[in-house]
Amino acid sequence: MKKDIILAGVGGQGILTIAAILGNAAISRGWYLKQAEVHGMSQRGGDVQSHLRLSEKPIWSDLIPFGQADMILSVEPMEALRYLPFLSDDGWIITNKTPFKNIPNYPDVDAIYKEITGYEKHVLIDGDAIAKEINAPRSMNVVILGAAIDKIGFSQQEIEAAIKTTFAGRGDKIVEDNFRALQAGINAK
Amino acid sequence: METLMLLGDEALAQGALDAGISGFYAYPGTPSTEIVEYAQMSKQAKENKVHTLWSSNEKTAMESAIGMSYAGKRAMVTMKHVGLNVSADPFMNSAFTGANGGLIVTVADDPSMHSSQNEQDSRFYGKFAMIPILEPSNQQECYDMAFWGFELSEKYNIPVLLRLTTRLSHSRSGVKRRNPLPQNSLNKPDDLFQFMLLPAIARKKYKHLIGLQEKFVEESVNSPYNIFDLDAKDTSLGIIATGLAYNYLKEVYGNQPIPHPVIKIGQYPLPREQITQLYDMCDSILVLEEGMPLVEELIIGLKHKGAKPVKGRLDGTIDRDGELNPNKVARALGMKDTFGKAMPEVVAPRPPALCMGCPHTDSFKALTEAMEPYGRGHVFGDIGCYTLGFMPPHNAINACVDMGASITMAKGAADAGLFPSIAVIGDSTFNHSGMTGLADCVYENTNIVIVILDNRTTGMTGGQDYTVFGKLEEICKGLGVHPDHIRTFVPLPKNYDEMVKIYKEEIAYEGVSVIIPVRECIQTLKKKNKKEAAK
Repeated sequence: MKKDIILAGVGGQGILTIAAILGNAAISRGWYLKQAEVHGMSQRGGDVQSHLRLSEKPIWSDLIPFGQADMILSVEPMEALRYLPFLSDDGWIITNKTPFKNIPNYPDVDAIYKEITGYEKHVLIDGDAIAKEINAPRSMNVVILGAAIDKIGFSQQEIEAAIKTTFAGRGDKIVEDNFRALQAGINAK
Repeated sequence: METLMLLGDEALAQGALDAGISGFYAYPGTPSTEIVEYAQMSKQAKENKVHTLWSSNEKTAMESAIGMSYAGKRAMVTMKHVGLNVSADPFMNSAFTGANGGLIVTVADDPSMHSSQNEQDSRFYGKFAMIPILEPSNQQECYDMAFWGFELSEKYNIPVLLRLTTRLSHSRSGVKRRNPLPQNSLNKPDDLFQFMLLPAIARKKYKHLIGLQEKFVEESVNSPYNIFDLDAKDTSLGIIATGLAYNYLKEVYGNQPIPHPVIKIGQYPLPREQITQLYDMCDSILVLEEGMPLVEELIIGLKHKGAKPVKGRLDGTIDRDGELNPNKVARALGMKDTFGKAMPEVVAPRPPALCMGCPHTDSFKALTEAMEPYGRGHVFGDIGCYTLGFMPPHNAINACVDMGASITMAKGAADAGLFPSIAVIGDSTFNHSGMTGLADCVYENTNIVIVILDNRTTGMTGGQDYTVFGKLEEICKGLGVHPDHIRTFVPLPKNYDEMVKIYKEEIAYEGVSVIIPVRECIQTLKKKNKKEAAK
């Protein structure tokens, strides 16, 4: 089995944490993984993406070819659309609903939602609101991850174990927050 | 040994640590920064007293690494591609002096210019200096090539260039460790002429370097990082893939065997014998390389009559600029391309921007008001976050060329009669390459205003220390700027009027003025606060 996922968002929104959690889950299975990140100038409030490739077999390219991603997993709705050229015909779009408006010409959000819901295989949830509701406002990224794990093919137990590994040494509260966020994401879709 | 999940940069750093390095030297620069940051965080490095502190710039870093090699220990200097321009003088001459302890010069290129001013290909520098070049294609090779590079360096007493590119530097994958080697002990060179480049000695050194060339080719012929798969049946095409390009080639064939003969290059100079063999046995050649067409040009040579077609970046088979990807390689091979749906029109560009609450925003706003009477085109910028001051709504700077150029370009423009002539430079960039330019201005009492944006860190690359932290005012005084015209303020909205006034006064002053807005980068401030909260 192999999963190619484009993680999308704006610099600082936590897509690399999603990548780390999924990466740890893949490692526990003994899978191969490649994950290309964006560092440097683009991180300053610009659009950022990460190519995450998980596979039972060795992986060659660090980049996912255009038109071959199984999923776009995005923490920002407009950013989900930016990477459509990477998505395969039967790929999923799973995205947060809350826009991150740091540009003056941010488009009409309804036009963005219309594009997203035009895809049969989409999940559009308000990760920010859900994270606030469960009193874990900084775990929006893991809420969105929760909405995606069955489509990626990981169990809740596997992801919980990966969350523990990822946040090791950062205290129990942050692990608990992310467990709740994961559960809320699973429930929300 | 254990398997670690590492960025290409980190794999190289871990490899160097396990291969018995004694010192890393570097100035931060995307995409190379994480090499030394990893070493700085490493317990192993601390326990083994490996040098990991930042240098003032790539030139001082390169020279320190050469010095550590002189003393018999293994050293690595790391930088982004344009950093090699800064350190080109010691780099070129290090090929003449050679190494004593193993010396690896690691340069991370940035094709497609994700975070850079150009996309120069450092392999040309390696060829220029006539030294071996290593080009890893994956994270495991990054790790392994640290061992290989030091071994090669110590075998021939020669520095080795190790070339990374952004996609490998910043991509993570599993890396298997080996048993660590001990560091070298302190050991001066046996030959005290070795590092003495007086002309009479240098001439001998050059002959020696020329003499080594055939040996380097032989090393490439036998290198485990050059793979010669010449048995495939379809000889209508032969393929040469270097570094990362090899991955894309393997990717596009998936689980199918590649029907054409293939040479994978991970070590230079090129293994001439096999390349010639490939050329002779195939009807045409496709060259896949990340960067500029170095291999392609060598193969084409002077196109003689009856030469076979060579496809690559020069004939348009592959885009002349920008980084490779699997799709470009698939198209070059005439395969069916894949592409998802186009990006919808509703998606707006989201370029990088100064962070909310960034001190530079306040500094720029006041500067732009003070400059209002003179129109645009008077402010020379530099390399750092504040380069984004070019973008709306700031529209504050008009030039960005290389580290330190703000001051010296503003000086040249002032010499030509431009008034006002303003330089805007960051604290760490001033540290890197600004001080000599300021000395030039003081020497002639140039009519110039130099704004040193002091955000207490090297911001663009993620917040690294720099060597003259907290000493900017003293340095300017020491270089001879009149104390009355070294002005500081805290760039905050509440100080706005005072800031505009200071800018205006110093523009009016005929001579060298330095204005230093001081307020910590909000990213490093956030990090500190987070750390405090976690305590």
